[in-house]
Amino acid sequence: MSVFSLFRRRGSAPVARDRLQILLAYERTTRSSSDLLIVLREEILTAIGRHVVIEPDRIRVRMDRGDNVSILEVDIEVPNPPAALPRVPLTFTSGPRRPQGNKAIG
Amino acid sequence: MAKVVVVTSGKGGVGKTTSTAALGAALAQSGQNVVVVDFDVGLRNLDLVMGAERRVVFDLINVVQGVAKLPQALIRDKRLDTLTLLPASQTRDKDALTENGVSRVIAELRQKFDWVICDSPAGIERGAMLAMRFADTAIIVTNPEVSSVRDSDRIIGLLDAKTLKAERGERIDKHLLITRYDQGRAARGEMLNIEDVLEILSIPLLGIVPESEEVLRASNLGSPVTLNNPLSAAARAYLDAARRLKGEDVEMTIPTDRRGLLVKLFGRRAA
Repeated sequence: MSVFSLFRRRGSAPVARDRLQILLAYERTTRSSSDLLIVLREEILTAIGRHVVIEPDRIRVRMDRGDNVSILEVDIEVPNPPAALPRVPLTFTSGPRRPQGNKAIG
Repeated sequence: MAKVVVVTSGKGGVGKTTSTAALGAALAQSGQNVVVVDFDVGLRNLDLVMGAERRVVFDLINVVQGVAKLPQALIRDKRLDTLTLLPASQTRDKDALTENGVSRVIAELRQKFDWVICDSPAGIERGAMLAMRFADTAIIVTNPEVSSVRDSDRIIGLLDAKTLKAERGERIDKHLLITRYDQGRAARGEMLNIEDVLEILSIPLLGIVPESEEVLRASNLGSPVTLNNPLSAAARAYLDAARRLKGEDVEMTIPTDRRGLLVKLFGRRAA
């Protein structure tokens, strides 16, 4: 333990405050709109599930929430026999605060 | 006119039940007619903290389901006849609480008491949502610690969206109660200080309850800290908070316990 680490320990409260401010600024903005991605994910999976049997471990969902644009990537492996489509990659881009983004998904 | 208050936090273990008992007793000590209601179905503890655990016959669920009448489930405090407890059930069936049932019980309690103080369970599940649902005022109990502050922020969002008042377009009163505060550590930059927490959560401050051994002593004995040792730092903080809740203008201080020199030198860690 160096002399510097003693000084660093003293500063843990400001670090806590900064971490909280950054986290909560983000959580507050997504609180109202974050569910859009969740709703889309659920509805997409339900819609596809109506036509083919989806095995849970053959689905890959990635959500990436950014400042201006959020990405929902749903990658579903559809087995060959029921459909001619071997693999359907679905990528949706939504930007809750950008009108054109809403149009694209609406 | 009766006021319905929810004591909530999101995070567990921050002092909701202790604060419910202490504030309820403090209001009752000032002559107000108070009922404290335990919403923690399956994990009731307000009865234990209030020292009434051996007197529970019927509970909130019994009343909600119509098995018992409300007066049969109410337990009058033995020390203060203005203080009453409505205990939670120990049943594991959390769905036993229904919105209609709770609405009916709260409406009946409003007729009988000046203050209805609802002790919310931790989390954001059914019990917690129903505890806040009919509240006029919310007390958010927060420890100066990152996870507690984050969960409080989440709860504030839910209070503004999911309570009956919020849905009607009215504002629900929100007050911050900071508990387990250690002024020394905050001054040394080891703990979030009051200004930090207030700046982050931006709701008005109801009180600052210092970390105090009197709180554990009181719960050991089954007595709200404001009754058990009214002169202790924690009790004074709760008594002041209760006065602010009633609308009185009380200067904000962080009460301290007087300690001897030896305790100051050697006993710091033992607290």
